[in-house]
Amino acid sequence: MIKVNGRDFQWEEGLTVKGLLEKKKYTFPKIYVRINDELIPQEEYATVEIKDGDDVKVIHMMAGG
Amino acid sequence: MMDVKKIKDEHVTLQEYTYQLGNVDKGYTNRTLYINLSENKIKTKEVTQQMKEKFIGGKGFGLWYLWNAVTPQTKWNDPENEIVIAGGPICGITQYPGSGKSLICTISPLTGIPIDSNVGGYFGPLLKFSGWDALEIQGKADKDVIIVIDGNNGTVKIEEAPLEAIDGHVIGEQLTEMYADSEEDKRNVAVVTAGTAAEHTLVGLLNFTFYDVRRKVARLKQAGRGGIGTVFRNKKIKALVVKYQGVKGNLNNPVDQGTINQTGIKLHKEICKLDDKQNGMRKIGTANIIEVMDEYDLLPTHNFKFGMHKDTHKISSKVFIEKYITQGMADGCWYGCSMACAKAADKFELKTGPYKGHLVTVDGPEYENAAGLGSNCGIFDPHVVLELNFYCDTYAVDTISFGTITAFIMDCYENGIINKEITGGLELKFGNSDAALELLHQMSRGEGFGKVAGQGVHRMKKLFVEKYGADESFLNDIGMEQKGLEYSQYLSKESLAQQGGYALTNKGPQHDEAWLIFMDMVNNQIPTFDDKAEALHYFPMFRTWFGLYGMCKLPWNDIVPESNAHANEPAKIPEHVQNYVDICNAVTGKSIDKDQLIRESERVYNFQKVFNIRMGKGLRVHDRAPYRSIGPVTVEEYESRQDRYDSQLKEILGYEVDGKTTQEKVKVLRKYREEQFEKLQDTVYARRGWTKEGIPKIEHLKEIGMDLPEVLEVLEKVGETK
Ligand code: SF4
Repeated sequence: MIKVNGRDFQWEEGLTVKGLLEKKKYTFPKIYVRINDELIPQEEYATVEIKDGDDVKVIHMMAGG
Repeated sequence: MMDVKKIKDEHVTLQEYTYQLGNVDKGYTNRTLYINLSENKIKTKEVTQQMKEKFIGGKGFGLWYLWNAVTPQTKWNDPENEIVIAGGPICGITQYPGSGKSLICTISPLTGIPIDSNVGGYFGPLLKFSGWDALEIQGKADKDVIIVIDGNNGTVKIEEAPLEAIDGHVIGEQLTEMYADSEEDKRNVAVVTAGTAAEHTLVGLLNFTFYDVRRKVARLKQAGRGGIGTVFRNKKIKALVVKYQGVKGNLNNPVDQGTINQTGIKLHKEICKLDDKQNGMRKIGTANIIEVMDEYDLLPTHNFKFGMHKDTHKISSKVFIEKYITQGMADGCWYGCSMACAKAADKFELKTGPYKGHLVTVDGPEYENAAGLGSNCGIFDPHVVLELNFYCDTYAVDTISFGTITAFIMDCYENGIINKEITGGLELKFGNSDAALELLHQMSRGEGFGKVAGQGVHRMKKLFVEKYGADESFLNDIGMEQKGLEYSQYLSKESLAQQGGYALTNKGPQHDEAWLIFMDMVNNQIPTFDDKAEALHYFPMFRTWFGLYGMCKLPWNDIVPESNAHANEPAKIPEHVQNYVDICNAVTGKSIDKDQLIRESERVYNFQKVFNIRMGKGLRVHDRAPYRSIGPVTVEEYESRQDRYDSQLKEILGYEVDGKTTQEKVKVLRKYREEQFEKLQDTVYARRGWTKEGIPKIEHLKEIGMDLPEVLEVLEKVGETK
C-alpha cells in the first residue's frame, strides 16, 4: 500500500510514476510529483519506481478560467 | 456593410464637453468622468485620497460610485442605476502580461445586487490615457445614443445615433471604421457595445473591442456576467467609443520603470519557455482544459449531472486547434500580453440565423463556452459550439448563463416538466443543437420561448412552478443558479471547497473568486475545514486584487515558474505574488507587501458584502446552494457513480449500503453532504470575520480599516452594533 495525496492506494511491483499517473488518470499538464518529499523531475517519470509504503504527492496547480 | 459616412451624417450632438488633457501620475489621472443620460449632463469628478486608499481603483471605484448612486430600493432598470467602467492604477502598462483589463459594475438585472465583470480589450487603458480613471454613466437616454471620448482633443460627446447596427460584431466594425482616421489609426479606437438580445433578456453582456491589425477585424472581448449589457441597452446606449493615439510604455508615469521592465521580461521568458509544456495558453487559450476536466470527471455534462462523456473528444482542444483556430497571430487583448490567450477562428462560415453564410471571426472558444454551450447541453459538435459562441457574443448573451439556462431547460424537458407545446415547438432535449441555436435566435428577436429563457434560471423556476405545476423542490435542486446568477462550468460535487468557492461569494456562483477543485478534491491538500476556510479566504481575496488594479488573473497561475516546484506554498505561486507586489509598488510608489495586498482586497470585498446587505441580500440564507452543486439529486445520478457514493457512505458514515434502495442512499448522502456544507459555511464566515449570519463583524471592519460611517449605518440596521 502507498499513500497518494494522503489517501491509501494499492501498490504493485514495478509501479513507476508514469504508471501511477496513468492509473489515476492524472493528465493535467501542470503537475509536480514528490515521493517522500523529494521532487521527481518530469523526465524521470517513466523510470522512477515507487516503493511499497512510499508517500506520494501529486500536486496539481490551479488553472482555468 | 452600410456606408459609415451615411450613418455618421445622421448623428445629432446632444451634448459636448471639453476638458483639459492631463497626465497620468503613478497610475492615476486623479479624476473621473460622470455622464447623466437623462439630463445630457457631463462633468468631471475628483478622485479623493480616501478612494485611492480604500478602494484603489477598478472594481473598487465602481462599487464606491454605485453605492453613492443607488438606494436600497433601486432596481436595475431605474435611471439612478449606473454602469461604471474603470481600469485601475496598473491598467495600461505594456510591460507585464495581463495589464489591460476594465472592471464594470452595475446593479444586476439577474441578482438585484452589484455585479462586477472583468474584461479585456483596449477601452480601459485608452480611457485612462484620455484622462479618466473611471467612466460613470447614470440616467437613461430617450433615443439610442453613443458616447464618444476623444482623448487627443479633449472632448466628450453624447450623440444620437439612429442608424448603427445593434449586434456586437457589426457595430464594432462600423464605429471603428467611423472614428479611425486611417487603417493604421484603427488600433487607437476602442468600442463598447451590446447586441439585440440584450434588449429582450436579462443576461445581456458588453462587448469590448480591440482592433486586430493582422486579421484586420475589431475583435470582441466580453464583460459577460450578470446582465450588464441589459442595463446598457435599457439606458439606450448603443456604444461607447474612446479614441486615443499615442500609446507607449510609460504613460502611467510609474515611479520605477526599471522594476516594471525587469519583472515583465522575467515573465515573458517564462511564458516563452514553459507555456508549451504547461497549459498551451498561446495555442488554444483557456480551452486547453476541456479534455482534462473530462478525465477528472469535472466537466459539466447534461445540466451538471455528470462529469464526463464518451463524446468529449469531439470537442477537445485539439479539434479546435487543428480545425478552427488561426495560429501565430498576436492574440493579446492588450499590448504586451505574451500569454496571448485570446484565440480566434477566422473565416468561420455561419450555418444559421441572420448572418447565415457570412464568414466571421469568432473569439474563442474559452473553456467556459465549450463546456457550457457544449457538454453541459449534451452538444458535442465543435461547429455548433463555435456558432453558439459567435451568436452569444454578437447578440450579447452571456455564454455561461446561456449554457446553464439551456441545460436546465433541457433537463426540465426530459423530465416532462415542459414540452413542445410550452416551448413553441422546440424539442429541447440534451444534444439538440438546432433547438439550442433557435432558442438563441429567439432571444435576439425577443420572441417565443427564447424570451422566457432569457429571464434566467431563477425566474424560470418560479414560472414553471406557477404555470405548469412543476415540483418546486426538484427545480430548486437542479436549477443551477444562486442569488439569481447561473453557475459557471465546473462540477463541484466532489469538492466541498469548490462548492464554497461558488456559493460563498458576493456576486453569485462565478469561478473567478476561487477554483479549488484540484487543491481540494485531487490533491487532498486542504483536508480540514480550517484548511478549506483558509483557502476560501486567501484565494478570493487574492483574485479580488486583480480587479482593483485592472489586471488579468491568467498570467498569475496559468503559467508557473520553475521555482514553484520548490515553493512552500506552491498553490499561491509565491514568485508571481511577489511580481505583483513589485509592479504595484513600482507603478504607485506604495510599499505594500504580500499581506497588505490581501488587506487591500479585504476592504473592498467586505464593502461589497455590506453593499449586498444594504440591497436586501448578502445573508446566510442567500448563500444556500442548489443541491446539484453538492451531490447527486436523482437516482440516475447516484447510480452513474454508485461505487463512489456507496463507498463514501460505508467509509465515512459507516452506513451499511447492502439491501438499501438507491432512494434511501441518496437521502442519507444528502443529509451528510448538506451538513458538511453548513459546517464549511460556519468556518469560512468565521475566517472572514463574519457572524454566523454572514454579516461582517464591526470589530473586523475596524481592523481592516473599512469602518466607514455609511457602512456602519447599514450594519446597525441589521442589528450589528458591537
Ligand atoms: S492572458 Fe489572455 S485574457 Fe489575460 S490579458 Fe493576456 S490575452 Fe488577455
